[in-house]
Amino acid sequence: MAVNRNFRTCPTTGLVYHEPAELLIKVNAVAGVVFLLVGGILALLVTLTRWPAVHLLPADWFYLVLTAHGIDMLIFWIIFFEIAVLYFAGSVLLKCRLATPRIAWAAFALMVVGALWNNVAVFQGDSSVMFTSYVPMRAHWSFYLSLILFAVGALIACFVFLGTLAVGKSERTYNGSVPLVTFGALTAAIIAIFTIASGAIILIPTFLWSIGLVGYIDSLMYKTVWWAFGHSSQQVNVAAHVAVWYAIAAIVFGARPLSERVSRGAFLLYIFFLQLASAHHLLADPGLTSNWKIFNTSYAMYLAVLASMVHGLTVPGAIEVAQREKGYDRGLFEWLRKAPWGNPVFSGMFISLIGFGFLGGISGVMMGTEQLNLIIHNTIYVPGHFHATVVIGTSLAFMSLTYFLIPTLFKREVMFPKLAQWQPYVFGLGMSAFALFMMGAGTLGVPRRHWDITFAGNALAHEWPGTAYLMMGITAIAGVAAVVGGAMYILVAVGSIFLGKRIDVPGAVRIPVQAGIAPRPAPVAAIPSGHASVGIAGFIAPGTFSLAMVFLVAFVLYYFVNWKYLATVWPLQ
Amino acid sequence: MSALEPPRHRLWWKQPLDRVEGTWIVIAFVWCLVMFFMMPYWHIYGKQNLSNEAYRSTPEMFQKKTDEMVAKYTVREETELKIPVVRPPAGSDVYLIARLWSFWPMLELEAGKTYRLHLMSMDWLHGFSLQPENINIQVHPGYEHVLTITPTNPGTYGIVCNEYCGINHHTMVSRLYVVK
Repeated sequence: MAVNRNFRTCPTTGLVYHEPAELLIKVNAVAGVVFLLVGGILALLVTLTRWPAVHLLPADWFYLVLTAHGIDMLIFWIIFFEIAVLYFAGSVLLKCRLATPRIAWAAFALMVVGALWNNVAVFQGDSSVMFTSYVPMRAHWSFYLSLILFAVGALIACFVFLGTLAVGKSERTYNGSVPLVTFGALTAAIIAIFTIASGAIILIPTFLWSIGLVGYIDSLMYKTVWWAFGHSSQQVNVAAHVAVWYAIAAIVFGARPLSERVSRGAFLLYIFFLQLASAHHLLADPGLTSNWKIFNTSYAMYLAVLASMVHGLTVPGAIEVAQREKGYDRGLFEWLRKAPWGNPVFSGMFISLIGFGFLGGISGVMMGTEQLNLIIHNTIYVPGHFHATVVIGTSLAFMSLTYFLIPTLFKREVMFPKLAQWQPYVFGLGMSAFALFMMGAGTLGVPRRHWDITFAGNALAHEWPGTAYLMMGITAIAGVAAVVGGAMYILVAVGSIFLGKRIDVPGAVRIPVQAGIAPRPAPVAAIPSGHASVGIAGFIAPGTFSLAMVFLVAFVLYYFVNWKYLATVWPLQ
Repeated sequence: MSALEPPRHRLWWKQPLDRVEGTWIVIAFVWCLVMFFMMPYWHIYGKQNLSNEAYRSTPEMFQKKTDEMVAKYTVREETELKIPVVRPPAGSDVYLIARLWSFWPMLELEAGKTYRLHLMSMDWLHGFSLQPENINIQVHPGYEHVLTITPTNPGTYGIVCNEYCGINHHTMVSRLYVVK
């Protein structure tokens, strides 16, 4: 079979698309958005049920819908979109053909079958076991098998991405090292392979157990290995959305990394240390020693935290330098004031960055501290935290990237531009309030995954403080706002992709390209000495640095407030 | 020459750090170390640490030990289900069963006294969430977790299951009395 070497150059961005890759990026992204739509409808049902004044669904439906919401969002929406990001970062950024498109289609087919089948399994009603599916609670066997199918598909897609890197290297489509964004995507792919391997190690025996071939699965063993899958998959998201942040900084501002060394080093820290951090899900469990817990969360996690704190500085720092070099060099924050706040590609990415750091990052470290976990574990603080990381961080970053992809990848104009302009604000701020008030309610002890905190009709009912009910009410209202923001996104994305005005460039041709299309750049002899011409007092990005210090102060204060709170509860050893 | 393209300089790893990055990395790293040392510090000087003491057990063994305690120290029964309220002596071993979908029995403890609280699930995973103290501990089947606790203030406390355990999860709630 002949290898398809047809490429298309996007006239506005200069990006080069390999035809088979282009189609695969499109279908994976669209599949992701379909599951976002399903997950979003379920999100509305969940939030309306946890609103004490509304309490929409009956208990069995609530647990079913919550299970489906978690899996559709955390696994299907995000991973489909991530595969699109991987193919983009591989094929498009390296200007090379996608390795084995047919296998990539097989991977896609497996993922679609797995995802649809899993939804069927959950909606049949005998698999309401939540995203975590802790044994010995048992789901229908098809619940596990469909997840395994999806994971195999995703694993194949990761290898297609790695193969694409090999193709680019051997066909010399680029010079020197891969771009930083591709490096970030590679980080995500490596963590994904670890993640899926862990998933296989735990889900395959659980599947065998569900059909009666394995007699017993230890609950603590399951939880330990499951989180190597469950948490690592969130690290895939972090690596992917940080790569997207860098990409958007480059797209909107032409920003280049402050230094490749630091940014790549920080990605490397993710690979080395993030996975071990999944131990922080076991801090309140018996049978594991404190030494094990402290080692696996802090040694591992804090170096990963360090990496995120580095990205949190270098992404806005790169934007600041690019802006200052364009002349917005006055004071600390002119660069930020004059940023394109009306462009959803930028505004979404910036809200994602701030929300991820301030809300998701800080709360994540609290929960991951051995003793502080005692006053947080399994309260609604936990979903508060991960909606800040995964929804504000990952989903919003992917949404902002979509606004860039619609014209360049789908060759359509963005429909409803006003709606698109407001979308990141409605979604990002709604979700921020949602996360924040959930954390507040969690601090008061409100449990997660709970249908009725009033314990109606129960003689032993526990009475929560009025503030807890107030916070749950505000959470739900903010949740509805976020759902509206999500609906705006789907309307704009789906509308533009299928009904948007086509962008036709006269004279654009498909070019068959032979191996080795990279132009040889003129060699640069000297190592650059930095960007010393802009900034204040030797700091090229003083505005970003002061924002980082604000972040640090918030972090330190909140950290010690939690210790103070811990010191007031019953002594226990 | 952006993050979307290969680095301009082939030897990009030799580019010196900007001051802003170097300073931030040092500050962030120091903070990470502080956070690391807080955990061992609290084990030595703090009073709230989760116990490392846990034993393999079976539902039958755990039920037997709990029954013995209930037989010896029951002071009254509460609710229509006649759940025994147990008042074991200070310093003793007390047992609390978590099962679908209740905690059994109810405990009455003395403020300021220390007890060895044994927690285990008889079936699926459960959560032990003591309210309004907000102490939250995972309860596994087959693992008998022994916590040394010292109730501080008298009052009626709620024990809520906060690990999803099936369709009646939200009905799994109990009480713990602390008396002077």
